[in-house]
Amino acid sequence: MNEPTLPTLHWTRRALLATGTAGALSLLLPPVAAAAPEEMDAAIREMFGNGTIREGRVSVKLPPIAENGNSVAIDISVESPMTEDNHVRRIGIFSPRNPIATIAEFHLGPAAGLAQVSTRVRLAGTQSLRVIAEMNDGSLWSGKASTYVTLAACVIG
Amino acid sequence: MIRISIPDTAKAGEILDIKAMIQHPMETGYRRNGKGQVIPRDIITSFECTYGGVIVFKAGFQPGIAANPFLSFCLRAAQSGPIEFKWTDQRGETWSETRELTVS
Repeated sequence: MNEPTLPTLHWTRRALLATGTAGALSLLLPPVAAAAPEEMDAAIREMFGNGTIREGRVSVKLPPIAENGNSVAIDISVESPMTEDNHVRRIGIFSPRNPIATIAEFHLGPAAGLAQVSTRVRLAGTQSLRVIAEMNDGSLWSGKASTYVTLAACVIG
Repeated sequence: MIRISIPDTAKAGEILDIKAMIQHPMETGYRRNGKGQVIPRDIITSFECTYGGVIVFKAGFQPGIAANPFLSFCLRAAQSGPIEFKWTDQRGETWSETRELTVS
């Protein structure tokens, strides 16, 4: 009498429950999987606000192939006279594929003389990193560079 | 262990290339040990460079920065004085080193 009359619905509900459980489980596991590109955009907005981001003035250099994603050299340079009136205030590095979209943030000023920063990053796979520079007038500029990662960080530890 | 590369002397106005590195695992918090347990995150979260007591460069790190964090940045020589390099980890522990720059 209480036999479900709509077996298809029954199965759908089961399928839904199954995916729900899998989803919940995946949340409990450490996020080895990637952050989505939308998360990168959100991280950029969180650091720099909602101003217009223009392409240019920021050049980013990565090796074309990174054999080990655990340490990849990145060179950033921003076109700026670095004077009291016209200088770079902040630079951020963002990833569309790492577990955490924000990689690093730098604060600099006219005392630097040149807006150039280099560091080494971890990459959880082949991707295109985005670098945003904020000038002292508040304008935002963006540059990017991609690299092919043969052995990703996180996976091999 | 800290490694810093910076000239001892410079001419006023000269732009110096500074390189600074500290030995640190920068454990991401995403890796697991042999027993399958998560290895807790342990990272350096910030770096600061002061020149004559004034902050001239700062960096904030996330786990996406490689082990033994390396930084290279520029500084315009203005006056003789101490240049201090300071790293702080997620628990607030700090490591620092100071170099004297003579400007002629």
